[in-house]
Amino acid sequence: MLSLALAYLRERGLVTILNILLLALAVAMLIVLLLFSSQAADRFARDSQGIDLVVGAKGSPLQLILSSVYHVDTATGNIPLQSLDLLRKDPGVARAIPLALGDNFRGFRIVGTNPAFVAVHGAKLAEGRMFAAPAEAVLGADVARQTGAGLGQRFAGSHGLADDESQAHAATPFTVVGILAPTGTVTDRLILTSVASVWAVHGIAPHPDEAEHAGHSHEQSAVLDPRGSPQPEITAILVTYRNAMAAIRLPAAINRETALQAASPAIETARLLGLFGAALDGARLFAWMLAAIGGLSIFVVLLSAARAREGDMALLQVMGATRAQVMGVVLLEGLLVAAAGALAGLAIGHLLIALARASFPTLAAIGLQPWVLHPGEAAILAAVLAIGVLAALIPAARVFNTDLARTLSRGS
Amino acid sequence: MQLLDLQHVSFRQGQSDILQNLSFQMPRGGHRLLLGPSGSGKTTLINLIAGLYTPDSGSIRIAGTDMASLPRPARDALRRRHIGIIFQTLRLVSALSLRGNLQLAQRLAGKPRDGAEIDRLLAALGLRHRADAALRQLSQGEAQRAAIARALAARPDLLLADEPTSALDDANADRVAKLLLETAAATGTTLLIATHDARLKAHIADVTELAPC
Ligand SMILES: Nc1ncnc2c1ncn2[C@@H]1O[C@H](COP(=O)(O)OP(=O)(O)OP(=O)(O)O)[C@@H](O)[C@H]1O
Ligand SMILES: [Mg+2]
Repeated sequence: MLSLALAYLRERGLVTILNILLLALAVAMLIVLLLFSSQAADRFARDSQGIDLVVGAKGSPLQLILSSVYHVDTATGNIPLQSLDLLRKDPGVARAIPLALGDNFRGFRIVGTNPAFVAVHGAKLAEGRMFAAPAEAVLGADVARQTGAGLGQRFAGSHGLADDESQAHAATPFTVVGILAPTGTVTDRLILTSVASVWAVHGIAPHPDEAEHAGHSHEQSAVLDPRGSPQPEITAILVTYRNAMAAIRLPAAINRETALQAASPAIETARLLGLFGAALDGARLFAWMLAAIGGLSIFVVLLSAARAREGDMALLQVMGATRAQVMGVVLLEGLLVAAAGALAGLAIGHLLIALARASFPTLAAIGLQPWVLHPGEAAILAAVLAIGVLAALIPAARVFNTDLARTLSRGS
Repeated sequence: MQLLDLQHVSFRQGQSDILQNLSFQMPRGGHRLLLGPSGSGKTTLINLIAGLYTPDSGSIRIAGTDMASLPRPARDALRRRHIGIIFQTLRLVSALSLRGNLQLAQRLAGKPRDGAEIDRLLAALGLRHRADAALRQLSQGEAQRAAIARALAARPDLLLADEPTSALDDANADRVAKLLLETAAATGTTLLIATHDARLKAHIADVTELAPC
């Protein structure tokens, strides 16, 4: 029966291919949407884990979160180093980690911070040790893999976020002292160093005490540098609360009483996903409509085919096929078209994500993975197969009301 | 016991009596010609014997069983077990190749797949070179021989052939008649040929004449 169903599908090859394409398109779209939304939400959640609040320069809160948590946008500006000490003194703050951004190496961001940053993302060293002295750097797993840099490698960052060798700070190279194990977070794509190292690159003299201890004696001089060189500034501060009260008090206090901006990754991410979500829902609805149209077109094709092959269907029965077998041929045709569409769609969907990832670095940066399977894909495939069988049901049921003798004596 | 036993069969469509009080018997392995002009009810009688129609009166027994007394699934099973039909309208499945049609017949009849038998039949009917051709390419006469080959491939106990020679020239009609009779003899097949073609009288002695209605 399978070979007969295949023979019928081959006989109207063009129509069969069009049906398969229609379903494949719908499935590909559903797969892309599913993978994108689930992976993006996953990734957003993982990257912002342990970060309750981000404090940075005034501007768009979303931009602040994107730049200092997800490392995809430019920073809103810089803030004085003393803000770090103010925050650390606050009883509601368990942990405050400085970030100094601005440079990159071959497109990978160089982040001036302290070793606590690594702990926030649960990263572990795969090789070497943590950065300590100025100009020492630790590479994320992807950075090491893609640049091929190993321990002891020296490299110079260039200014900005884009990879522009003409702006390289060749005079102040970094040395790789450690490489992190993969974490599946943004850390994989970062180059970590001390805040002082970032300052050094830009000719800012760090205080003898260095950023980590600045709070004790240098909070005034950090703003008014006595030597007149540029002030030691940082880009943002990642804050972890000590208690729930802080979540209510701290952001409001910062936004109202200081020149700084405080933004919550959870709130901004939810806002972003909400914006995306509406668009994704619309696209998803469209894709399911496409799948329904695919089913409808299978139905129309099979129905007209059933009419055209009434003679064949009658013949099969007179030659010994049961009605169930004859119905099975038609159902099988619907199922085969749906299965081919589903599988083609699956392949196209994943391929599209791979292509998108290759052509848009941002998608690679948020860690969009083309070659993983999501459990939801099984549900999509099952739904499409069901559409195929459902579309074939009525055409198949025609075997119950054909007059065999009359059908067979009509000319073929 | 007779393989086929018709007793006083009458059948009408609408107002017109097509068959009236028709009786004949065929033993296993027997041959009979059903001769009658166009419209005399030959195809109708074949449909009756195949159990696709039910006689208005009289009985038709296949291997002792009256099809009319059976529910549809049992009737289908009886037909599948005993009867093969060469349709006047041929009814080749155009989505399949010629060989595919023969294989399908063997499978649907529940017979083991027998490629050698298929090759032998195609050769005997002068169709070997067309075995894998698309059916649309066959000439009318080739298509008729293909339909005969398909019916023989399933090795039915009772072969009902409806106008198997209508599209054939004398030489081919002769060849087909001989092949039908030889195959029937070799396999013990009971052969009923419905035709208006008096040429076939030369091959088969037992004749039932149907009068025009
Ligand atoms: N479904 C039907 N309804 C009404 N009349 C029918 C039907 N089928 C056949 N007939 C009539 O029954 C008669 C016998 O038809 P049948 O097809 O059995 O003839 P036939 O001997 O096979 O003729 P031919 O040699 O042309 O094939 C014809 O007069 C035909 O018009
Ligand atoms: Mg006829």
